[in-house]
Amino acid sequence: MTAALSFRRKATNLTMLTLSAVCTVVAVGVLIFILGYLLFRGGSDLSWDFFTKLPVPVGETGGGMANAIVGSAKVLLFATCIGVPIGFLGGVYLAEYSGARAAAAIRFVTDLLNGVPSIIIGIFAYTLIVVPMKKFSALAGGAALGIMMIPIALRSTEEFLRAVPNNMREGAMALGATKWKSVATVIIPAAIRGIISGMMLNLARVAGETAPLLFTALNNQYWSPGFGNAIATLPVMIFTYAIAPYEELHKQAWAAGFVLLSLVLAVNITARTIIASGTHKAR
Amino acid sequence: MASQAPTLQDTRATRVSGLRSFFNMDGVAQALVWVAGWAIVAITAVLVFELWMNSAETRQKFGFDFLFSTTWDPVNGDFGALPFIFGTLATSAVALIIAVPLGIGASIFLAELAPPRISDALTFCIELLAAVPSVIFGLIGIFVLVPALQVMVPWLKAGLGFLPIFSGAFYGVSILSAGVVLAVMIVPFIISISREVLMAVPRDLREAALALGATQWESTWQVVLPFAKVGVIGSVFLALARALGETMAVTMVVGNTPKIQASLLAPGYSIAAVIANEFPEAGGIQMSALIELGLVLFTLTIIINGAARLLILATETKGAK
Repeated sequence: MTAALSFRRKATNLTMLTLSAVCTVVAVGVLIFILGYLLFRGGSDLSWDFFTKLPVPVGETGGGMANAIVGSAKVLLFATCIGVPIGFLGGVYLAEYSGARAAAAIRFVTDLLNGVPSIIIGIFAYTLIVVPMKKFSALAGGAALGIMMIPIALRSTEEFLRAVPNNMREGAMALGATKWKSVATVIIPAAIRGIISGMMLNLARVAGETAPLLFTALNNQYWSPGFGNAIATLPVMIFTYAIAPYEELHKQAWAAGFVLLSLVLAVNITARTIIASGTHKAR
Repeated sequence: MASQAPTLQDTRATRVSGLRSFFNMDGVAQALVWVAGWAIVAITAVLVFELWMNSAETRQKFGFDFLFSTTWDPVNGDFGALPFIFGTLATSAVALIIAVPLGIGASIFLAELAPPRISDALTFCIELLAAVPSVIFGLIGIFVLVPALQVMVPWLKAGLGFLPIFSGAFYGVSILSAGVVLAVMIVPFIISISREVLMAVPRDLREAALALGATQWESTWQVVLPFAKVGVIGSVFLALARALGETMAVTMVVGNTPKIQASLLAPGYSIAAVIANEFPEAGGIQMSALIELGLVLFTLTIIINGAARLLILATETKGAK
């Protein structure tokens, strides 16, 4: 009786633990599959033309997405100009200046903004910028992505600043530094590695965003001069080409997906390695 | 010394310090960071205001009927949100049914069984999966998952075809396809948050259970999980909020048909997908209707997100005690 019972318990133990391992293998397997498949499909369709040429009309072979690569860079540049300063300074405010109640209120709103679906941020940028300007533009797309960057920029800056030991603040004060001098010359430099890595992760995250660009940056078959015109971006190109009924365009979509994913993962791995090496040193 | 006339250097020094107090870097910096901090609150307030004002036309015309009407007719200007609300909830429900057991299973393995180094390495991989852009999931969805489902669904129908949810013709794009893609997208969130919540459970609880003769699984299932329950549910809510608002991957595989059908194999539509598809060409009252849909989605995700954060906060403070 006891032997049977204990066999049943042992069997349950083994089965359930194995199942949990299987779950992990499945989750990691999906990642490996996605990477492998994109490498296989996208890598084989990738050529030098992809980086140097403009898209060609359906029916012609060749062509590339040079305009979309530059377009993504321009939109992200403008997004960085909005998201990073506001998020960074806001994070400094929460970590170093604000009272507990103001911090709680701002943190609450920040989490709320972070949870807003990206398509709604797209509507927001549309009503705020596209409607008054009466045209789709790189500015509107950049603003949408910039707003998406703010919450994470703020929270990661705050977290890394809070990780700076208090005796550094006290040391700076004891040497007669004013508040701002101690923040700018002692505390921020101590946390700068983490803050920059956080910003890189943040940029990589919005680099793949498609929904907020659909009706702000729109798309463009040609080069888009300046920031005031509709502009092509990699994610929107992938979407447009993937749902088009032409095999040629599907190939381009895979190649673009491969380039986009490689960039995003490269930035992710670099930033996470920097953060990890930083915490090891602090120990 | 004191009676001497001030030298050139002295006056310069006073002038510089005068300038300093005039600009007062400390005050400027404080004002600047204050503005940045509250700018986020202002931006969020303007966001809500814009959604509210720009949906005024349909809110006044249809009132609460908007939420319960099943008609979506841009040509005649008649709009109802129900098919989209249904599609959003149905795809998210399918995603949760797949992702919750998978995610919790994996987080148990990573938090309780795997050696720290392997656990960290695998978690790193899973967090990379969370970084994959949604349009890439859509791409894989269209060209890999949909063809694969077309092979698998006939088996499913042979076994479970008597259930209304697996009835009818299957064309590839469907609520089911969208749900599966969403499941893959939200699993990383469930795993990484649940793992952290499980690891916050005090070590003595596990040791006490094992000392009483429990097997590893019994200690996990009867002691650790109940302790961390609220936080794990929080992670599921957070994942749900993401699934509800996910746009691209759903748009690409859901079929974009504004109908309410019982079968998961039938095509559907979600709130985010209809905004993505119709917004660029919409004008007038149709735009107002789409923005009101946005407002509905916004409210849904805010409620779910808020609940998730409260739950996660509750467990983390419980573990810290």
